[in-house]
Amino acid sequence: MSREKMIAIAGNPNVGKSTVFNSLTNMHQHTGNWPGKTVANAVGYCSTREYSYQLVDIPGTYSLMAHSAEEEVARDFICFGDAQAVVIVCDATCLERNLNLVIQTMEITDRVIVCINLMDEAEKKGIHVRLDVLSSELGVPVVGMIARDKKGLDELLKELDQMMHEIDGEVRAADVESLECKRNQSFQVIYPNVLEEAISILEPAVGETLGRLNSRWLALKLLDYDDTLGEQVKNYFGKDICSIPSVKECLDRARKKLTDAGLDQTYLEEEIVSSVMQTAEKISSKAVVCTKKRPDLKDRKIDQILTGRVLGYPIMAILLMGILWLTIVGANYPSQMLSKLFFQIQNQLTRFFQYMGAPPWLHGMLVLGIYRVLAWVISVMLPPMAIFFPLFTLLEDAGYLPRIAYNLDKPFKKCCACGKQALTMAMGFGCNAVGVTGCRIIDSPRERLIAILTNCFVPCNGRFPTLIAIITMFFIGTQSGGISSLLSAFILTLVILLGIGMTFLVSWALSKTVLKGVPSSFTLELPPYRRPQIGKVIVRSVFDRTLFVLGRAVMAAAPAGLIIWTAANIFIGNQSLLNHCATMLDPAAKLFGLDGVILIAFILGLPANEIVIPIIIMAYMSQGSIMELGNLSEMKLLFVNHGWTWVTAACTMLFSLMHWPCSTTLLTIKKETGSWRWTAAALMIPTVAGLLLCFGVAQTARIVMGG
Amino acid sequence: MKKEHSLNDVQPGQKAVIKELRTDGSIHRRLLDIGLVKGTQVECVGKSPGGDPHAFLVRGAVIAIRSDDLRRILIQMPEGA
Repeated sequence: MSREKMIAIAGNPNVGKSTVFNSLTNMHQHTGNWPGKTVANAVGYCSTREYSYQLVDIPGTYSLMAHSAEEEVARDFICFGDAQAVVIVCDATCLERNLNLVIQTMEITDRVIVCINLMDEAEKKGIHVRLDVLSSELGVPVVGMIARDKKGLDELLKELDQMMHEIDGEVRAADVESLECKRNQSFQVIYPNVLEEAISILEPAVGETLGRLNSRWLALKLLDYDDTLGEQVKNYFGKDICSIPSVKECLDRARKKLTDAGLDQTYLEEEIVSSVMQTAEKISSKAVVCTKKRPDLKDRKIDQILTGRVLGYPIMAILLMGILWLTIVGANYPSQMLSKLFFQIQNQLTRFFQYMGAPPWLHGMLVLGIYRVLAWVISVMLPPMAIFFPLFTLLEDAGYLPRIAYNLDKPFKKCCACGKQALTMAMGFGCNAVGVTGCRIIDSPRERLIAILTNCFVPCNGRFPTLIAIITMFFIGTQSGGISSLLSAFILTLVILLGIGMTFLVSWALSKTVLKGVPSSFTLELPPYRRPQIGKVIVRSVFDRTLFVLGRAVMAAAPAGLIIWTAANIFIGNQSLLNHCATMLDPAAKLFGLDGVILIAFILGLPANEIVIPIIIMAYMSQGSIMELGNLSEMKLLFVNHGWTWVTAACTMLFSLMHWPCSTTLLTIKKETGSWRWTAAALMIPTVAGLLLCFGVAQTARIVMGG
Repeated sequence: MKKEHSLNDVQPGQKAVIKELRTDGSIHRRLLDIGLVKGTQVECVGKSPGGDPHAFLVRGAVIAIRSDDLRRILIQMPEGA
């Protein structure tokens, strides 16, 4: 019989917590080699023969001092979250710092299982963790683990089962509530004498009133002026413990003792942290044997190159261009194959419809409308995404992304923004909605808002194909070859650099106007480099990211195809509905170097940027041209016949880079900022920037070229 | 030693021992969280290509901190300086 138990999975950021969680639950929460990946509690399930577990992946934190939103979430969950036990995932290569969290958690509860992950990496670096010593020092089970290879998971589940057995036994014996704390005799942080005395004054009074929480810990927190905890205790128990006379009297007495000894709030906090750190240091020195003098030598050498004064920036640019080049080159051939295939299927479908004697409008709606837009989206979107996402995930897995933030922090600081914004931008390359959510890693609300508002200046995967197609058609020539693909990668890199430049400019402008403020302090961890698991990365990024994004595009493309075809084939007078709209918008669009059709395509592309080009094609085609789907030279001919020049192409690219975010991103922005006003700002800022730039380019070109 | 030395003076490759944190607010707590307390030995392992922030090895992890904050972290003289 299985009984469901709730288990919290805690740990420092970037120790493979999500990997452990995923391996146990067979879920595919995305993991990445940088701190702050998990931004909200994720819940998953797994079961053993005896129990079924509900696992809660709480955000990675360095401590439970509740200094940041994540830490508060983590602490509250451990204190009040009804978890039966806490699994703390630690990084074997950096045990001492990780023990800080273990010790702080153990002050709250002794139902802790310590899970030492990344044992293989530690061994490689000459760091040997003696699990038995660690276990006896801490007095809780310790499990060694290599989560990526699923090693140690069974041991962890075994320990969990055993712990649940003990708890069930206890509950039956004494009817104790979950997580009620029996002080562990073998382990306790020893604080300086004065503080210990103050605790012993307060602890009995607190213990009388609250059975569930550890009274020593609660006493310590009360002394430490932890107001957020007071609130939570009040919410949870329905009483303000500080207002209980006996507690209040003891608290005053204990605090007086501390202030008499010169321990005011600031010093007290430092003393507490120091004591915990010293305990961690002591335990770690016993449990860790290091055979190499510099375990991190290799990482430092790589860092000297990748973040070096000379090579840091060029390598970033080359990597960006390299990825884009591989994407363009690699996507070219499969794209053509797919479009040929889809075109053949379309012919078959047409024949089938004719054979069935279906009315032309049905054939038009389903085949020329829905099918053709879908075919375009898949044949043009899928190959670049299937190449770009894995490449990007490889960089992420290897640990390069935090180095980008590190390298770019200076310019961000100049814009009064946060270097971590670079991380959110990197996520925006995949999907702007994901980038916007990722902005939670930025602590300062002002800087987070800047990052959210500017995220769309980074072109997402939905816009790459549009950019690549236009570059290929109008700036390179459509025949493929080594040089020309390199040139398109170069132009695309320039476009992206323009987007990044705009991000800086707009961030700076926001900091000087509506979001005034000075750059806030921040710390950024540079995790060890890890050899990415290439096979796994490819599979995961294709399934988790590529298909997800593609699925969303398809969902938007099908109805859009239907609407467009209908609009292009309903005639009012001698013009189609679509043409009426396009003609109406045309004069305005022309000012910005676009035309009415392009503008309509962007407006109808609100649900997904992927469908902009298919809409343009369909609108043009309804006016009589016939072409082979996906053949870029014919596509160019179609565009040129409709008045495209290189100015139109340039302006369409600029506008693709800078216009309203897609509806998914807008909704995410609303969710993250909680404000329609900021959502409107996020819509207006890139749109205005894009229109201004297009206007500049179009008008300059007109003047220079004399008409 | 007349001038007070801060972590900002520590060059890549040099080690230093933390003497006092003069930071405040959230960064103060953040520094405590990563283990930067009085008596901790740290090593500068590099600077960003732009010259700021600097990276330090603190209790086995590499942490980048901006110059403005480093100036408020006082240290004992680094080895070999």
